[in-house]
Amino acid sequence: MADDGAARQLDKEILSPKPGIQSPAEGGGDFQPRIVGFLCNWCSYAGADLAGVTRLKMPPSMVAIRVMCSSRVDPLFVLKAFLAGADGVLVAGCHPGDCHYQTGNYYTRRRFALTLKVLEELGLEANRVRLSWVSASEGGRFAEVVTEFTETIRKAGPNPAKTEVFL
Amino acid sequence: MHNARGTTHEAYCVEREALSMKQFQVPRPPDDALRDMLASLMDKGKVGGVFALAQTGENSYSYALITDKKLLDHIVPTLPLMPANAGKMVSRLTMLEPVKTPIAVIMRPCELRALFELVKLEQARLDNLLFISYTCGGVLEMKTAKDGLQLKLEEYWKQVKTGGVSEDMRDSCRVCENFVPTGADITLTLVGNDNGKQTTVQVNSEKGEEFLAGLSYELTEAGPELEALDSMRKKRAEQKPDVFGQFAAEELGMAGLTALFGRCIGCHACGRACPVCYCSSCHFEAAENEFDPSTLETELTNRGALRLPTGTLYYQIGRLFHVSISCVGCGMCSDVCPVDIPVASLFAKLAGSVQGMFGYVSGRDAEEKIPTSTFEMEELEEIGA
Repeated sequence: MADDGAARQLDKEILSPKPGIQSPAEGGGDFQPRIVGFLCNWCSYAGADLAGVTRLKMPPSMVAIRVMCSSRVDPLFVLKAFLAGADGVLVAGCHPGDCHYQTGNYYTRRRFALTLKVLEELGLEANRVRLSWVSASEGGRFAEVVTEFTETIRKAGPNPAKTEVFL
Repeated sequence: MHNARGTTHEAYCVEREALSMKQFQVPRPPDDALRDMLASLMDKGKVGGVFALAQTGENSYSYALITDKKLLDHIVPTLPLMPANAGKMVSRLTMLEPVKTPIAVIMRPCELRALFELVKLEQARLDNLLFISYTCGGVLEMKTAKDGLQLKLEEYWKQVKTGGVSEDMRDSCRVCENFVPTGADITLTLVGNDNGKQTTVQVNSEKGEEFLAGLSYELTEAGPELEALDSMRKKRAEQKPDVFGQFAAEELGMAGLTALFGRCIGCHACGRACPVCYCSSCHFEAAENEFDPSTLETELTNRGALRLPTGTLYYQIGRLFHVSISCVGCGMCSDVCPVDIPVASLFAKLAGSVQGMFGYVSGRDAEEKIPTSTFEMEELEEIGA
């Protein structure tokens, strides 16, 4: 799922309405954030796997999309998820210095700084977007990141893009 | 220290240095002086052609590459109109292979900067090009070409002489502080000069000097007219609240953006005209960006309605992500917008912030790397938690 298909997968499966998960704005009960996570194949995806295998507890709020490197994440992927109504978007990759491709995540970091800047300047909620470094051995850290981010988003409430009609 | 266009103090000094001390005067208006100079260069076989803005008919102007000396009287290099960003046009000429015979290219500072960005993006080459530019008083909207151009020109040149800002200029020119060309071989100092009678020509590089050697000009050591440049810089900075004010972050947000782009008809003309929006197969025009039936259903279920054409906001914000780092603030996008959305002002404002973050000014230097195509190991540690 590392190709442009990633964006397509977003449309088709992830953001389509699922019974049982509704925001208060949609007339549901407690707000359960929906987070789209772009996880690097070599570190964060393996870290997520480890968290699962270790049976660590974390909110079931994140849908993972595996990418071969965090630098594969075009800001457009983030934007697409954001406009489609994802309450949060997580990009996760190897720690700086540990990239499987040597330097990919350094580019990610610059690109992410740019992404945040543009969102801020446009008055969009940059706190709904997060970049985290999680290595393959850090199952615990992955669970922490997801838990923390879910709480941040829960406090921020549902993404207003979800209910904006003529987008 | 960064100002809103991202011009650092360092860049400001680079500009000052770009204006050399070697200059000569020609007792002719700039366009005539250039025609004479280029004709001599062609006579001597120093250049094989001239790329410049040309008058192609009544009320018709476009860029042209001219190789027949007899056609040189068509060129109007300093006429304040920009039918296309010349940087993009030169990219088209040089993308596949460099030009083989030397060509004199006359373009505005922002066009030169766009070309340098395109070189970094491997979309253009600089070999065999002699760059002639000028301190730029800005351009008028292209529609002026058929609508009272002569009347507006009088006021325009008056403002250029005194380092002022003309009302009829593109918004992006009103706030542009990068009007001194960097990277040109020869620079005409239009700002601060009475351009009706005489032209001051500066030689900025060895290449420029080589080309002009043997022509009947006498170089003198004299400084550029800095007073008018400072005045223009100050007056343009004063325009910023007027042009950028409407785009304060608190004014935008989801509601502000849908209102701002609510008129967008999705024609993508802004992207086509944009010099640094260079992909030949555009994601926003690809089949993968069309809504398939299941997406359509999802959207309708979630929102209860669907705006058509779809994805206009996605396109606009997406383009901001892609080009703000290289945006030169030329204003082509606003000029071609059929529904008058002030795209260029928004892009210029964000370009200032985004480039400022990296201390970068797009196209200032052809050798410099675009910040997103390079990195420092120790930086931005606050990003990535």
